[in-house]
Order: sequence, then C-alpha cells, then structure tokens
Amino acid sequence: MRGVSFSLQAGRCLAIVGGSGSGKSVTSRAIVGLAGRRAHVHARQLTFAGTDLTALDDRSWRRVRGKEIGFVLQDALVALDPLRPVGKEIGEALRLHRAVASSEELERRVVALLELVGVPEAAVKARQLPHQLSGGQRQRALIAAALALDPRILIADEPTTALDVTVQAQVLGLLEEAKLRGKALLLISHDLAVVSRIADEVLVMHEGKVVEHGSADQVFQDPQHTYTRQLLDAVPSARLRGSRPSRLPAARAWKPPLRSQEQSPSTFPSVVLSAANLVKRFKGPDGVLRTAVDGISFELRSGETLGVVGESGSGKSTMARLALALDLPDEGAVLFQGRAWTTLTERDRRARRRAISVIYQDPLSSFDPRWSVGHIISDSLASDVESRDERYERVVELLDLVGLSPALLDRRPLELSGGQRQRVAIARAIAPRPAVIVCDEPVSALDVLIQAQVLDLLTDLKAHLNMSYIFISHDLGVIRQLSDRVMVMRQGRVVETGTRDEIFLNPRTDYTQRLLAAVPSLVRGGAANRSFSRV
Amino acid sequence: MRVNSAAHVRIGWLAGRFVSAATVVWLAATFTFLVQCLMPGDRAQIIINMASGNVGEASPAELAAVNAKYGFDQPLVLQYGKYIWGILHGDLGLSYQQHRPVLDIIAEQIGPTVILAVAALIAAWVIAVLTTVLVAGQDNMWSTLLSGIQVFLATVPPYWLATILLVVFAVQLRIVPVIGGNSPIGLVLPTIALALELSGFLGQIVRSEFTRVLEQPFVISARARGMGELGVRFRHVLRHAALPGITLSGWAIGKLLSGAILIEAVFARQGLGGVLVAATSSRDVPVVSGAILISAGLFAVTNMLVDLTYRIVDPRIKMT
Repeated sequence: MRGVSFSLQAGRCLAIVGGSGSGKSVTSRAIVGLAGRRAHVHARQLTFAGTDLTALDDRSWRRVRGKEIGFVLQDALVALDPLRPVGKEIGEALRLHRAVASSEELERRVVALLELVGVPEAAVKARQLPHQLSGGQRQRALIAAALALDPRILIADEPTTALDVTVQAQVLGLLEEAKLRGKALLLISHDLAVVSRIADEVLVMHEGKVVEHGSADQVFQDPQHTYTRQLLDAVPSARLRGSRPSRLPAARAWKPPLRSQEQSPSTFPSVVLSAANLVKRFKGPDGVLRTAVDGISFELRSGETLGVVGESGSGKSTMARLALALDLPDEGAVLFQGRAWTTLTERDRRARRRAISVIYQDPLSSFDPRWSVGHIISDSLASDVESRDERYERVVELLDLVGLSPALLDRRPLELSGGQRQRVAIARAIAPRPAVIVCDEPVSALDVLIQAQVLDLLTDLKAHLNMSYIFISHDLGVIRQLSDRVMVMRQGRVVETGTRDEIFLNPRTDYTQRLLAAVPSLVRGGAANRSFSRV
Repeated sequence: MRVNSAAHVRIGWLAGRFVSAATVVWLAATFTFLVQCLMPGDRAQIIINMASGNVGEASPAELAAVNAKYGFDQPLVLQYGKYIWGILHGDLGLSYQQHRPVLDIIAEQIGPTVILAVAALIAAWVIAVLTTVLVAGQDNMWSTLLSGIQVFLATVPPYWLATILLVVFAVQLRIVPVIGGNSPIGLVLPTIALALELSGFLGQIVRSEFTRVLEQPFVISARARGMGELGVRFRHVLRHAALPGITLSGWAIGKLLSGAILIEAVFARQGLGGVLVAATSSRDVPVVSGAILISAGLFAVTNMLVDLTYRIVDPRIKMT
C-alpha cells in the first residue's frame, strides 16, 4: 500500500473498504506499529492526540497499544489464543497496563466486560476456551478484550465476516454503541452493506492505493471512481433477477449445448430430486446423539434453483451431504431422477453419481494440490469420452465455458486466484453433464466483485445446460438473487418453504422475518435513515 | 459439559490407559518367557556350566536335578502360568549366576539409572526451551548459529560426547570429579552428556513450531494489547510450541534409558548398565528378561504421564 492519508475523530466512524489484497488490513496494522517484520512503514505523519507515533520506541508503543488504541483482529477463532480461557485474554490488557489491583478485581472486570458486550453467562464463559464459544460470542469476547481499557480509538478488522446475519447485526450494534460513547472507530471491511450502516466517512482502497475518500453519503450516493461503482453494483440484494451484478457481459457466444439429446430433461419426471422426512443424527464428542437434520422434506424440479438458507448449525450442509448420498439418512429417503437413491448400495449408486455434482465453499481443499487444472477437470469427464484428443478438446471447451483461458491447463490449484479456483471447481462440476449441482456456500469465501462474477456464471450455465441447483448459503442477498424457490432452515428443521417472492416479500414465520430484518442492505440514504435493528 | 461427567470421563480415560499399559507389560512378559524357553541350548546345561565354570556335557542326573529345581520339566503352559503368576506377585525368578531374586538385583541398581534418565530429560527441556525462547524467530546470526549447534548435537553419539566432556571438564579442568559416584556433583557431566543430544532434537522441533506460532493472529492480538516480546513468547507462544516436544518426550525417555546404560559405562557409574552387561555376556536370562519387563513397565507409565501432560497443556483435547 502507498500514499494513504486519513484522520480519525472521536465519536465518528471511518471505514476502509476494498477487495482482498487491497491493503486495508496492512493499513490498520501500521497504525498500531504491527505491520509485520517484513513490512516497511514510512509515514510522513502519524500522530495520536498530538503524540508522534513514528518516533516511539518499543516500550512507549506498548503503552499506547491496548490502552489508547484497541485492536480487533479479523477472525476471532484464530485471534484468541486457542489454549487459554477467554477471560484470560480479556484480562490481559488490564494486567499488562496494571489497571487492576488484585486478581479478584481482575475477574470482576473481565465478567463485567463480557456482560457489556452482551455475552450471556459471562462468569462461565470467561473460564471457557475460545472453541467452546459460538462464533458470535467469540467475536464479542475479542471486542471486549479490545475495549478493556476504554481506549480512545477502536480498530476493527472485518469484525462481522463469517458471522450469521442476526449475529452480525448484534456485533454492528455493539460497535455503533462504542461509537456513540465517543470512541473513534476505524472499520475495515469488504462488505459495503455493513459499512453503509455505521460509517460516517469512507475510504475505498484498490491495489494499495486510495481511489476514493469522502463522507459516507457522498460515496454511497454519488460514487466518483469506477471501482467504487463496481463494488456498489456487485452487492447482492433485492435487485431483480436477470440483471448482471458483475457488470460484465455474458463473455462469449455460447457453444452448442453440452447436453446431448437423449439426456434431455423431458425424459425425467419434472421432479428431479425429492427428499421425504430425512433425519440424520451424529454422535458428539461427549457420546450424546445430536440431531443435525430433523425430518425435512423437499422437492427439486428440473431446471430450478432451490435456495437453502439458514444460520450456521441449521443443518444445511448435512442436508447437502444427504442429497449427494455422501451420508445416508437415519430415517426417510431421497429419490433421484424418480428412482431410489439413498436406499441403494454404494455399488448401485456409483453409476449414477455423475448425474449429481457438488461445488464447495473452499475449492482448494477439494482439489489434489499436485494435479494440474487439466487433470482435475479431465478426471470428472463422462467415461464415454475416450480418446485423448477428445478429452483435451472437452476440457478446453469446459474452461472456455467458465471463462478461463486454456493457458491455465497446466497450473496447479495453488497457483490460481480464489475466483479462478472456484471457476475450475464449476468446470469440474459440469464436466460429467450432471442433472443436479449442489452448491454449498460457493461464493462465501470470495470478494464481492468476484462473487458477483461467479454468481452470474452459475446463472448462465444453468440456463444453457439445463441443470437444477440446490444452492446453499447463509447470505440472503445471494439466495434472493439466484433462487426460484427458497427453503429456510433452522436447527435441522424446515421453517418455511416458498417461492422467492413469497419468502422475501411476504415471509410467514417470525424467524424468517427476523432473519430478513437483520440483513444489512446497502443504505444509500442519508445518515438519518440509518437505524439499527437489534435482534 | 457438567463437572460430574467431566470427572467420569477423566476416570474412564485413566482406566483405559491403565489397561493398555498393563497389556504392554503382559506382552513383554510373554515375549521374554518365550525367549527363555525357545532359546537354543538347554537351560539346565547353561546353569550347570555357569555354576561349575567349565564348559562340558553334564550328566543326565545333574540335568534332571536342575530341571526339577527350576521347574523346566513341567509342561510349557504350567511354566507360563507360574511365570505370569510370579510377576504379578513381584517375583521375576532367580538369577542363574548370583542365585538371588532378579527383582532384588534390579531394585538395587535401577535407582541411579532412572535418576540419570529423568535428570537428562529435564535438562534437555531446559536447554531447548531457553535457547528457543531467546533466539527463535529472529533473523540474525545467533539464530542460524543455534540451529547449526542443534543439528550437530542431535547427530553426535552421546558416548562420544561423554568422553569429550569427561576429558575436558574432569581430567583437564578438574571442575568435576572423574568418578563422581552417586553424589549430585557426579551427576552433572553424565546428565549433560545424555541431555545434549535430546536437547538438539527437542530444540529443532520446538523452534520450528515456535517460529510458526509467532506469526499467528492471536500473537498479534496480544501485541496489540501492549504485551512485550518476552511476555508474548513465554505466555502465548511457548505453550503451543511445547506440544510437539511433549509428544516426543515419551519416545525420548525410552531412548534415554538405553542411552543411560552406555553413559554409565563411560563414567563408571553405578546403575542398571553394569548389571545388564554382565547378565547378557553370561547368558543370565532371568536378569535380562527382568530388565526388559521393568523397562516395558517404565515406558508404559511414562507414556501415560506424557499423554496426561499433553492434555493439561492443550485443554482442547478431550479425555476419550
């Protein structure tokens, strides 16, 4: 990053936004002098309340860190020491800066801090390890640790990423409260919807440079730079389907469809996959059976996208594994293409496995890192493609379909960008000409711009290859953009099923209404319109 | 998890570990028994030769007397039963050579050996941890030098090191006595000689993990709270970095016990080493078998301790 300038004021929130690799996090770390051993920070001016921070030695830095500037790192699971109780981490700043006289007082203060950020049973949670807390509680504990000494500046790096929408809304509320108490808040985020709710001033970074800097109203209502406009357009939201959020044209003329005539969907009954009363239980580490999926039924019609939405732990992924028959249900059964599926033996299933594919959130872990892109895709081709030349031709064709150049054929997964990897995963999924693709959070790990491109690609492919999707996401914006019908899941049960408009415009259950209310959507109005729905 | 069930789980875990430790010892006992029975050469003949001091055929009457005395004329199953029964009652048989209970012979000598091995384990940890915490993760000359020394120590045989140490510190500098007996000062050189090799191994493993953990987000979190370098290293990083070293310690204690025997020879220390060398060269099978059994027992117990330690350091692991 280079040439970044800004100032923070008490009671105001400055947000730095940008895609991954834009230099947001490095900027925030440079402010506390922790940009890393290999980073060189040159600042013409870096002052805090009149003190020149560039002139500080190690010892003086330590007095500023934690005491004057609280820092909330990205991803609470790894930003808290996994071997120490959460309370110890929160109390650390108090202990280091000698803010408490006795261990009893320390304990009291820690519990009070946890209560301040709204963690239930604070005294119990303080003694637990980070992995024993829920994602939201961990994030709150991390914020509590940063707030311990009531610092004047609070820096939060992606504080809501990887949280469910309802929890996300709560954490944002917490940050806003801190702002109202007069903290200067520096928020780092790639999520514009989140930023639009809380920021007074926005700084857009792209490839290490500031491309736009202004008040939140100005940036969101009248963006000047094309990159800002792209970012804003890419936010998945209530936009009508058929629009292209990536702003890219359907990049190429479509080749003749890959699906051959005899496999056309008309030979299937219109329901391509159906599940009846699925129940799946897992044995927990304490030996107690836990019901992950509790009596769900659904139908997937051919050519349709069934969006499955729910918070983490709602049984979405288990449902996906049951549909794929990677796990078998304890009760109930799945029918695929009108015939038995989960009740078959694996041997009988194997021949039909190619008709149902899967795309995961993190393609990297589903690739053999030593295989080349060509090898990965070729491995999934239908077995009737025999000759070497024909296979090669098909792989190139598939790469073209997903918008990748044949030059990538010999690359290994690690040499690809996140977006390219997900495209390879898609090419691999469509290679055997499946009737159904199960997409399990396929864009959750991607930047908003890349995410928009991948979503567009999935939409285009479905139309041209006549497939059905089961599309799983925790992101309601994404679900709304892609789905024909939506199924809302909670604690292993189906809360509500309906067409997209029924669910989003006219939700029947409280839970769906709460979920929708918690979604941070882009607020393009003035600051007065921004209010917080605290769940 | 409720407190009550947590306590149950812990007891269950300990019980399970006891059963597997007992199984290890039982297998070792069975093995030593089979070795005694199936070894080439008639055991009665060996005993007679040992007693008389000459090598020759004994008369059938002499053999029968010895066979009857030691019970070699009984069926194998009965002998095996008696052997296991004896072990359960602390009876490891009689030494062919000294005509005394094997347990007494080993009990007299095992103390110094175990003390040496444990002292070496502690010393290796102290050396590895101190050098690591002070130097790891810094791109300077000291770090490179330390790494080189660790590799050197890990590859040099301890008995060679022992000889060098003995010559330099005892013979040349006269800082410590050449033959220290069982006095604490006499323990210093043997301990260092035995510990250095292990400290090299441990140091390498702890150091690479230490360097990795230093870059973790929770370490940056701690720094952002205003924690200093030493605090970060001791309070956060060391605990993580020690884990692979703890796993290694179970294996190390076995290696240290066998290493101690060589070191005892070099320093002419009292210990199991002398007994074992004498017993092996004279084919005093009950003593050798007894030593194997005791080592198996020690090994099983230390591995239990290592697992327990690991669970204390890493509370994420459940006792299952």
